[in-house]
Amino acid sequence: MSDQVSEPVAPAQGLGADVTADEQARVERVGEEQAGSTSTRDAVRHNTVLASLTRNIGLVIVLLVLAVVGSLSSDNFLTSDNIRNILVSSSVIGVVTVGMTFVIIGGGIDLSVGALVALASVWATTVATQDYGPAVMVLCALLVGTGAGLVNGVLIAYGRLVPFIATLAMLVSARGLAAKMANNRTQIVESPSIKKIATTDVLGIPLLVVMLAVVVTAGWVLLNRTTFGRRTFAIGGNAEAARLAGIDVRRHTALLYVLSGLCCGIAAVMLIARTTTGSSTHGNLYELDAIAAVIIGGTLLSGGRGTIIGSFLGVLVFTTITNIFILNNLATEVQNIAKGLIIVAAVLLQGRTSREAAT
Amino acid sequence: MTGELLTMTGIVKEFPGVRALDGVDLDVRAGEVHCLLGQNGAGKSTLIKVLSGSHHPDAGEIRWQGELVTLSTPTAAMKRGIATIYQELDLVDGLSVAENIFLGHERASAGFLHRGDENAEARRLLARLGHQNIPATREVGRLSAAGKQIVSMARALSHETKLLIMDEPSAVLAHDEVDNLFRVIRDLTASGVAIVYISHRLEEIRAIGDRVTVLKDGRTVATGLPARTTPTADVVSLMTGRSIEYAFPPRTVGPEDAAEAAPVLAVEHLTLSGAFSDVSFSVRAGEIVGIAGLVGAGRSEVLETVYGARRRTAGTVTVDGKALPAGNVTAAVRAGVGLAPEERKSQALLLGESVVRNVSLASLSRFSRGGWMNRRREHADTSRATESLHVRPEDPTRAARTLSGGNQQKVVLARWLLGGSRVLLLDEPTRGVDVGARSEIYALIRRLADEGLAVLLVSSEVPEVLGLSDRVLVMREGAMIHESAATALDEAHVLDMIMEGSAA
Repeated sequence: MSDQVSEPVAPAQGLGADVTADEQARVERVGEEQAGSTSTRDAVRHNTVLASLTRNIGLVIVLLVLAVVGSLSSDNFLTSDNIRNILVSSSVIGVVTVGMTFVIIGGGIDLSVGALVALASVWATTVATQDYGPAVMVLCALLVGTGAGLVNGVLIAYGRLVPFIATLAMLVSARGLAAKMANNRTQIVESPSIKKIATTDVLGIPLLVVMLAVVVTAGWVLLNRTTFGRRTFAIGGNAEAARLAGIDVRRHTALLYVLSGLCCGIAAVMLIARTTTGSSTHGNLYELDAIAAVIIGGTLLSGGRGTIIGSFLGVLVFTTITNIFILNNLATEVQNIAKGLIIVAAVLLQGRTSREAAT
Repeated sequence: MTGELLTMTGIVKEFPGVRALDGVDLDVRAGEVHCLLGQNGAGKSTLIKVLSGSHHPDAGEIRWQGELVTLSTPTAAMKRGIATIYQELDLVDGLSVAENIFLGHERASAGFLHRGDENAEARRLLARLGHQNIPATREVGRLSAAGKQIVSMARALSHETKLLIMDEPSAVLAHDEVDNLFRVIRDLTASGVAIVYISHRLEEIRAIGDRVTVLKDGRTVATGLPARTTPTADVVSLMTGRSIEYAFPPRTVGPEDAAEAAPVLAVEHLTLSGAFSDVSFSVRAGEIVGIAGLVGAGRSEVLETVYGARRRTAGTVTVDGKALPAGNVTAAVRAGVGLAPEERKSQALLLGESVVRNVSLASLSRFSRGGWMNRRREHADTSRATESLHVRPEDPTRAARTLSGGNQQKVVLARWLLGGSRVLLLDEPTRGVDVGARSEIYALIRRLADEGLAVLLVSSEVPEVLGLSDRVLVMREGAMIHESAATALDEAHVLDMIMEGSAA
């Protein structure tokens, strides 16, 4: 059963034929803690899926426990329809979380993601935009997300605003602008091509889930195999050292928010298709869901360390909890309490590992 | 025990790999200003930390008012009446003057603060220091450095202090503020408080001090010297003439050869307002140029301004004839300039990352095509660089934090070696490096120069500058006051210039 739940992880891990050095370094440190430092333990070997799983072992266990709880409490949990359900409801927030992971590893925070999804969804579904057809609608959502991300980035990197403040301001004003554009109404999508995004299957897998897999994979590659990713770790780990090594820290910081905005644009397209509407209330509290997923995924809120796979597993944990509660007709209040407890537990666990890292 | 407030005898303190204190004696009388002199690394800071309860001596005894004591914590020292004012003033900027003075020993009952009491007492303490003009309710962050120092002193006095240790108190002050500091010190000693005063500036010691103790290489070499009458030459010769000799590599470039080579780095009329002005010099390929001067003389600022980490206010910097834009590190790196900064851990290294990633950080584009990293080549090339610099342990996948200071420095050097730098700027290259590993770093720096790099070096340790450099520049208070071949200078001469400026 857990195989099915974690299926979309496979492509990302498949690419991870070898794992980033920092992941290995952490494994190495844990090894030192437990087994004392023998020279073979010290060396960071090119390991595979195993290291990645070890790194996120806590989350994998949580997912397994949830799967057991889910299947015991409801006969419908382990059906293919329900698994589809979990994955599809992970898709939109999952894409947002990939962008958030970059921003947080780079030492920042983006509170505006939910509002950007809303603004992009509204802008792409106005009567005027819909007149131009589905391609322009998609392009519009992507441009709005990227553009707003650029504003965030410029304010933070060049205007020296604290990320928390700059993106909080963006959160408020983007929601306001979205509400104004939509006249506080929900805009209905007419285009059949857009609606199809949510109803098409590719090789039996919903297109939305495929899109999530593509974004997660692309994010993983960007973070672990390119200079962009390397610089993101460097800036989040020690911005001064990165600057003195000749890296253009401000430009790179701005680009991180652009990337997060782009992810919001993609998520907006997916959400428009799922709901067949554009609305200024779309993406409500996505910022908190995304940050929570990133944090329980093992990314340090202070930056410099983190993984895309961890964030992805974090998203799965949250959507699975929601799913179990819905199947058992439990109140959302209880569900929120459970989510809160999980965040605390995960961060306590993470605190322990980062203390190990500090020694 | 006539008036001996504090007697320390045979204090020993060891850290892994280095014996910071190796038999220090110090005695301080009530009501005197006792000056502590010594070069960087002589053990002054360690001694202060022992005295203030932050470090525990491995051997030796401390007598306080004749009684044998152990100062196990800073609080214990404070209870006995020993207070310390550190160079980086440890005040909370967001709290008021009174709140800072009573931080940790607030006037309160059942947790409720008596703010009126605190403010009144703060005003009384400030008045005692002659600074009624500082309002007790003012936020400390809005005070000048001199004002903060007064607040630190008021805090010390709020503890019934009998001995006040001041670590380079004048370093943060402007010239006229020093006079005021001296007035306050005289008032305090008149009321029986003893002061241990640390400073590099001989003229201050003459102005305020009663007796002098000189430290060298962790030992007391002279104690109880009269501050006003001991000749400068005697003091300087006590401070120099070290017992530890470092092996410096032989110079390979004669001054004549060097003069013929074209300068790689040329700096003209460089000015950074508030730090230094009108500094001009050049460094040729294969040459090591050292800048000597006290902390605060503007040495590190020169390096950082050349590198573009600080934006110059005037002047030009050229590398291989091409002018560098002001305040642009990326451009400097691209032009072939590399910096090994003073604070390696906070300014140069990603401590949690592997050696490989630390070394490749400045030359990522070299290992990538279209942004795609070629990690096999990255690993191969960085390994070659770290091997050639003998980084130990050899495994380049270890986290940088697990390396010793000397090996961390080699990692930084490897970064620039790999980046193909033409100019290497070294700020305190052996800070935090074990005594044993220093000679190796020196040999490495010379080797890099021999391979054609132009090296500009800053160090607080005069022997290091003299022993390693081909040419020496001397800075004092933001100005370049001397330039000559290293062989034409000796340690006493340089110390004389940087401390008093009475260049003989």
